[in-house]
Amino acid sequence: METYIFILFATLAVASAVGMVASRDTVNSALFLVLNLISVAGIFLLLKAQFLAVVQVLVYGGAIMVLFLFVIMLLNLSDEENMLSRFSLRYTVAFFLGVIVLAQLLYAIASVTGTLPQVHPDMEQIGTVESIGDALFTVYMLPVLVTAILLTAAVVGALLLAQRKISSEKGKGSE
Amino acid sequence: MEMDWYLGLSAVLFTIGVIGVLTRKNAIVIFMCAELMLNSVNLTLVSFSAQLGDVHGQILVFFALCVAAAEAAVGLAIIIAIYRNNLTVDVTRINLLRW
Repeated sequence: METYIFILFATLAVASAVGMVASRDTVNSALFLVLNLISVAGIFLLLKAQFLAVVQVLVYGGAIMVLFLFVIMLLNLSDEENMLSRFSLRYTVAFFLGVIVLAQLLYAIASVTGTLPQVHPDMEQIGTVESIGDALFTVYMLPVLVTAILLTAAVVGALLLAQRKISSEKGKGSE
Repeated sequence: MEMDWYLGLSAVLFTIGVIGVLTRKNAIVIFMCAELMLNSVNLTLVSFSAQLGDVHGQILVFFALCVAAAEAAVGLAIIIAIYRNNLTVDVTRINLLRW
């Protein structure tokens, strides 16, 4: 049963990733990426990581992809067709580089094949919100606070970068 | 269900992301392919964490998600700024700093 669910989600993930790379429309690419993220969240559930599956759907599939879609709408990309080059050297080089990367990764995996254990029996308790929150707010308290600072800095930086006009006098005056 | 399959799926997703970054010209699609690669690495971390029964791998994935959110916000702001200046997000035509 678990194997069939894995095959379902894995096929969905790979197909949507290929669709994302291959589709002409940027909006279609973003929606394929949402499908891919949700199927990866399903695989997280198979690995008994409940908290991360929910966070994946909420943060990635929800927040980040909405941001992407808003930017796509904002930019109003109409000359999308021109950006797809015909068959060229670029594609062959990219394909061979991709094959090399895949071969390296599979070689690294093949060296540990059969030695890896199954999903740990304690995983039911480990993937829950309770245990992750327990670790986050005791051992990892400082990194959580640093993450808060990072996110605040990212929001301020995004506002500054996407501002309509940044005049040079203003930038000097605010020092 | 053996772990190798999860790792193999993550490798395939990463490779698709690499090919996307190398072939596409649209900056937003390239950015989305980078997100795909980040996500496949998260899958590797979660599968190792699941087989070791260790919570720390999942916490690393949590922090990676936070960094990805920050990165998406700043990256998209940079793309908007580039679009304001050049009126395109085609990376082959953004060549001010190109040799």
